[in-house]
Amino acid sequence: MILVLLVLLPFLGAVATALVSRGGRDACAVTAGVATAVALGLLGALAPGVVAGEVVQASVGWVPALGLQASFFVDALGLTLAGLILGVGLLVVVYARYYLAAADPPGRFYAFLLLFQGAMLGVALSSNVLLLLVFWELTSLSSFLLIGYWRHLPEARRGARMALTVTGAGGLSLLAGLLLLGHSAGTYELPVLLQRREAIQGSPLYLPALLLILGGCFTKSAQFPFHFWLPQAMAAPTPVSAYLHSATMVKAGIFLLARLWPVLAGTEAWFLIVTTTGLVTMLVGAVSALFEDDLKGLLARSTISQLGLLTMLFGLGTRMGAVVGVFHLVNHALFKAALFMNAGIVDHEAGTRDVKGLGGLGSLMPVAATVAVVASAAMAGVPPLNGFLSKEMMLEEAAHTRLLGQAWLVPVVVTVGATLSVAYALRYVVRVYFGARRGEALASGQGAGAHHDSCAPPEASRGPEAGRGGGAAAPHDPPLGMGAPSVLLGALALVVGLFPETLAGPLVRAASAAVIGGAPPGFTLALWHGFTPALGMSVVALVGGAGVLAVHGGAEKVWRRLGVPDPAGWFEAGLGAAVKGSRKLTLAIHDGSLQRGLALLVGTAVMVGFVGFGGAKHTAGERPPMPVEMLTVLAWVLLVTATGAAVVMHRRRYLPLLFMGVVSMIMALAFIFLSAPDLALTQVSVDVVTILLLLLALNLLPQQSPPETTRRRRVRDAVLALLGGVGMGSAAWAVMTRERKTLADYYWTHAKPEGGGTNVVNVILVDFRGFDTFGEIVVLGTAALAIFALLETANRGEAGRRLAQWKPGRPLSPERYPLILIAVTRLLLPFAIVTALFMFLRGHDHPGGGFVAGLVVAIAVLMQYLASGFDWADRRVRPDHHALIGWGVLVAALTGLGALVFGRPFLTSAFWHPRLPFVGEIALSTAMVFDAGVTLAVVGAVMLALAQLASASKRAKQWAEKRERGEHGGAP
Amino acid sequence: MIAHALTFGFLCLGLAMACNVFRLVRGPTTVDRILAFDTLTVNAITLIILFGIRETSDLYFEAALLLAMVGFVSTVAYCKFLLRSDIVE
Repeated sequence: MILVLLVLLPFLGAVATALVSRGGRDACAVTAGVATAVALGLLGALAPGVVAGEVVQASVGWVPALGLQASFFVDALGLTLAGLILGVGLLVVVYARYYLAAADPPGRFYAFLLLFQGAMLGVALSSNVLLLLVFWELTSLSSFLLIGYWRHLPEARRGARMALTVTGAGGLSLLAGLLLLGHSAGTYELPVLLQRREAIQGSPLYLPALLLILGGCFTKSAQFPFHFWLPQAMAAPTPVSAYLHSATMVKAGIFLLARLWPVLAGTEAWFLIVTTTGLVTMLVGAVSALFEDDLKGLLARSTISQLGLLTMLFGLGTRMGAVVGVFHLVNHALFKAALFMNAGIVDHEAGTRDVKGLGGLGSLMPVAATVAVVASAAMAGVPPLNGFLSKEMMLEEAAHTRLLGQAWLVPVVVTVGATLSVAYALRYVVRVYFGARRGEALASGQGAGAHHDSCAPPEASRGPEAGRGGGAAAPHDPPLGMGAPSVLLGALALVVGLFPETLAGPLVRAASAAVIGGAPPGFTLALWHGFTPALGMSVVALVGGAGVLAVHGGAEKVWRRLGVPDPAGWFEAGLGAAVKGSRKLTLAIHDGSLQRGLALLVGTAVMVGFVGFGGAKHTAGERPPMPVEMLTVLAWVLLVTATGAAVVMHRRRYLPLLFMGVVSMIMALAFIFLSAPDLALTQVSVDVVTILLLLLALNLLPQQSPPETTRRRRVRDAVLALLGGVGMGSAAWAVMTRERKTLADYYWTHAKPEGGGTNVVNVILVDFRGFDTFGEIVVLGTAALAIFALLETANRGEAGRRLAQWKPGRPLSPERYPLILIAVTRLLLPFAIVTALFMFLRGHDHPGGGFVAGLVVAIAVLMQYLASGFDWADRRVRPDHHALIGWGVLVAALTGLGALVFGRPFLTSAFWHPRLPFVGEIALSTAMVFDAGVTLAVVGAVMLALAQLASASKRAKQWAEKRERGEHGGAP
Repeated sequence: MIAHALTFGFLCLGLAMACNVFRLVRGPTTVDRILAFDTLTVNAITLIILFGIRETSDLYFEAALLLAMVGFVSTVAYCKFLLRSDIVE
């Protein structure tokens, strides 16, 4: 259970941080820090056992109905990544406290950071691969939020979008791959799945699964050709880069490669794809890092290169390769996080991240310079630092690897890669901290506008940090809280290098045993292995790297002239084209013509109906028809007449509204006649509200519909209408003339004993199908909010221009608020409310219910608006309409959830029929509370729609009056 | 006796509603139509009551009550639209 708590802690911390966000940076940082530290403590408690080879497992029910368990396990590999996540996480929390400006909302930052931390922990510790996927997607989402933290910056939004698209697409690929994997293994539990190597590799699904899973891993870990999103993501605040883009998220892909190593690795396909991708990425990243001027961009590209190295190591498929991979994974996290923090400090102090605008900071910022030297040296693989150890072991592994039958290929490529990494590491240190001091440029901020190559976002080095730090003051070492994390990481890089066997040996051994799924090969972590080929390659790399830096200036000119392709730009262009294409396609299918849409809809329905009809038996029904009364015939004639009249007079828009009222009234009478009083009540009240809202809308619309149909279209519509109507009518006839068992009997017998009410309609609405009702009020509320949103912007753009030109189409009566109407409606208000209350209370047993009650209340209030004017009524209607909708949905949802507390299904109602003195038996039911929620939502939705429509015409009228005054004023 | 009275009532109401709809369709003015609509509402209320009496049930009474209480709102709104064009101002 500790394990579950461990994964939950960051999420709880995220909520807590969001709650204290008003407390400022300190409160947020402390909350986030405490959550992280406690989680780290829990992990530390588990660590000794895990390193000794124990595997801790825990699981809780996830979807028990499907047999899904949310299961977690921690072995040494998971422990390693989790340790990095929480350890570096804690340092980043501290660093960010000093890094964020006072204007940056700290609650949002830390909540997102902890959200990401929880997601990453989930990836590291999930035992069920489906659960792992959920967390994997969550890391993509939270990193999107973090990269786009400065949402006012276009490049931040662009970078966030690109990262989300690339890693999200990779996530989909991974989903498919893991499903195939789980299918061929017959299990989704990792500890079991990892034992089934033969089943997986023998399956025909192995290759597709491998390709899809690699798609996920390579996008996440920025492998060629998906590497381009990582430099774009540098628009994120630097703590985010230090955390996500060096230590954790980009390692998720590598982690998964390591995790699935026992079952996927060792085949020719794995070796070829993974090793080659790793090597190419290593070179591409290293070369582009060499010519990148933005400090963070440089580090991002070096990260790509180092990730390529890691991928290559796991791709080798040898046990020693896995050992080195695990070791370098940790080492890279240590020195790269330190370097990112260092770049942030430089940016903060000097006001720019442009290498060309920096120099000679070493004497001004001795501590930062020392950290940079140590961490860069580790990155370059200089003894005695940790990077040297793992790079040496990597070179040793590469030295005897044959790729494509060539013994020289891999050693040469990795030596070139190592040489380049020495060069870019040296460039970082030398150009920023040594050489001529460019103080003037820094102080005046000129450096910030320096030239960039096309790959870097042009504003990257002029990020929001620029100018917030140094300003006119000379750069100096940062405050303790900002400097200490990077110092600590740099120191770790050093001591791991000095005492590797003591500090890292046990963990690396245990973690690589977890990767391999068996005993690791014998090895010792040591600085000196004697004169080996690897040592020679190291020396070549160091000397060569220094040489490359010496000729860097000339090389850069050549590089610029080459015009290197810009995959990020291609991606954006491709995305733009896709958006354009889909818009075109949408417009071709759906051009906004309602007639056309309706014709297609009805046409499809007619076609489907007739196809179904063709395949059925065509016997007539046996049920005898009911006797026809004169009255029903008359009502039918009136109904048809009114409908026909509406069609004939449809151009004069007001008249169809009148006929709609008639049709609706006859429908209500029909409901009565067919013993459906509930429906009649609803019909009557819905009709009134509809007419009011339509009249309100009609005010701003043309009063006549222009003739715009061609003869051909009229014929088409007539045919469709005839077919549709005849089809629908005969279908209804066919159903009604047949005896069949219906659901009604079930409801009749169960309404009272299970729902506690005798009005079956109401019991169905609030109990049996309560979930549907809940969905409907949500839809109703959403529709009202959509009306609000659409009309709120109606005075802008094209609609606004037309609204401004609006004027009443005919002379108006001067009497705005007729006195008799005012008197009557005010008098009627309490009666209407009492009626509504009555309908509401009796609804469970007799016709009525929350929906009708809500409508009656709404009508009672609408009457006041109608009679006494908008301003008068609006002043007296206290509750906010939005809040009403919200409360309605909330009350309904909470009532439904209340049943869960008692272990019953959602929306099960409890009821109680107490007998009160004088009043008699009354029916109490939790369904009534649910019904109250329905009432609130209905009132809110109707009122919101009314208020918005009314205020739109009010605006139009004010403009018209203003225009008139202007004309009159201008005339004399 | 009551059966005959009811039949007579239904006959009258049916005739009245037919007249209403005739006026609604014919017009000639919009005010004629609104008046016809309002009369139709009144007739509908009566029809519901009579129907309740015939079925000897009080279940339908609420519908008549509701129609009586809110039915006039539509008529008022139709009229207000004619007078002021904007029904809520």
